[in-house]
Amino acid sequence: MAGFLQQVVEGLGAGAIYASLALALVLIYRFTGIVNFAQGELAMFATYIAWQFTHAGVPFWLALVLTLAVAFAGGMLIERVVVRPVEGAPELTVVIVTVGLFILVNAAAGWIWSFLIKDFPNPFPRGALEAGGVGVAYSTLGVMGVVAAVMGLLYLLFRHTKIGLGMRAVASGPESARLVGIRVGWTLALGWGLAATVGAVSGVLVAPLLFLEPNMMGGVLIYAFAAATLGGFDSPAGAVVGGLVVGVAETLSGAYLDFVGSDLKVGVPLAIILGVLLLRPQGLFGRAAVERA
Amino acid sequence: MNAKGGAFLEVEDLHAGYGDVRVLHGVGLSVGQGEICAILGPNGAGKTTLLRALCGMVRVRGAVRLDGVPLAGRSPDAVARLGVAHVPEGRGTFMPLTVEENLRVGAYTRRDRAAVRDDLERVYGYFPALKKRLRQQAGSLSGGEQQMLAIGRALMLRPRLLLLDEPSLGLAPMVTRELFGIVASINREERTTVVVVEQNAHLALDVAGQAHVLETGRIALSGSAADIRADEQVAQSYLGYRI
Repeated sequence: MAGFLQQVVEGLGAGAIYASLALALVLIYRFTGIVNFAQGELAMFATYIAWQFTHAGVPFWLALVLTLAVAFAGGMLIERVVVRPVEGAPELTVVIVTVGLFILVNAAAGWIWSFLIKDFPNPFPRGALEAGGVGVAYSTLGVMGVVAAVMGLLYLLFRHTKIGLGMRAVASGPESARLVGIRVGWTLALGWGLAATVGAVSGVLVAPLLFLEPNMMGGVLIYAFAAATLGGFDSPAGAVVGGLVVGVAETLSGAYLDFVGSDLKVGVPLAIILGVLLLRPQGLFGRAAVERA
Repeated sequence: MNAKGGAFLEVEDLHAGYGDVRVLHGVGLSVGQGEICAILGPNGAGKTTLLRALCGMVRVRGAVRLDGVPLAGRSPDAVARLGVAHVPEGRGTFMPLTVEENLRVGAYTRRDRAAVRDDLERVYGYFPALKKRLRQQAGSLSGGEQQMLAIGRALMLRPRLLLLDEPSLGLAPMVTRELFGIVASINREERTTVVVVEQNAHLALDVAGQAHVLETGRIALSGSAADIRADEQVAQSYLGYRI
């Protein structure tokens, strides 16, 4: 039993990271209907920036704040410069643009920082909290705490601030949003900035566990897609629940299903994506739009 | 007449269209402050395009001035910030937002929080049905309630000019009559200038002071609502039916 619980805890820890990247995917999807394939790479790039800061001797938490600010500005800039020109183009065009961005950012990181792996500092203390034979690493607790905090801040932003209300209005109908005087272009840029910031958090959380290298987010992105699909691509809460479920499913199947083991673990998110799309395409929390004619 | 010597809303030689398709061919009209002006005409005459042209949703050539300030060439959000509220065809409801959020979003450009709260109450005064559904998702409202919500949302801007596009569309006659009654009392009590586009000429002429009949992108006839209503000939030749 303790062994099982241990696996669940590990799964939740990994799941929290998938959840944070899934959250970033869902944010952009809600605003623009775009699935941003470059989300993981943007997170990776931001993590390199954080590494650069800490490498220069900036204390970790300050480096994180600076990185998030850079990620926010970078996300807005990308919307203005790269996405804006294809706004209104067919979805496929925009998706291809994000795939191009994926390749560009990946190559740029390799060019700037090389493809050799780098050690990334772990901000959380070593050791674990023991309870009933189950050990919860402080770093796992830290990751879950950070993701919960991000989730809470986003909730406050969207539910209790005027700017959040404006962002939801734009997501629901840009045309009507313009008619009430909202600057839709800037709001979309704000959404990209926000998503890039949330994504950067996931990069910084995952780097100490995986080592920092330009391809580190590739796997995480697949898990995040599974999480977002499972939770419903338009539901932030769904993204978090989906991330946790995917994380637990991954560790449990790796531990208990002999034919899966550690080699086939990556098949789990793909199986989840396939299963959800077949059985409940809107995801667990996604809502089919309520509309009365 | 205003300080600058023109009418409150002045439209001169307005051309507009979508891509290569030209819809308006030199429309001119003026609306005095506090008036209700009805734009009538058959399907495809360019009524909706005219409203869209006023608030920057389509590219235009010509002049539009609100209280002397040029509107042509501005984006819809900039026009809204100048106090023009547009209730679009299809009502533009923010479906996933609650009724109250829809109304609050209408006041997005305003900074005066206390006055916004008062205005919420005023809107509930005009539309008591909305007050019962505050926390409900707007997408679940009936067509009539959504139209009320759309007008309520427009009022939250404290508009100087209210543009209504086909408010009767898809609504039961009784609901429509009630809506026009409310529009008339809003106009009376708030002194809001209203331009209403309507296929249901009868209802629109009941509340309007002036009316213009649009035909294939040109003003075919202008006059007081009473004159236009009295003219049976007009009804038959321009509106295609008897009033």
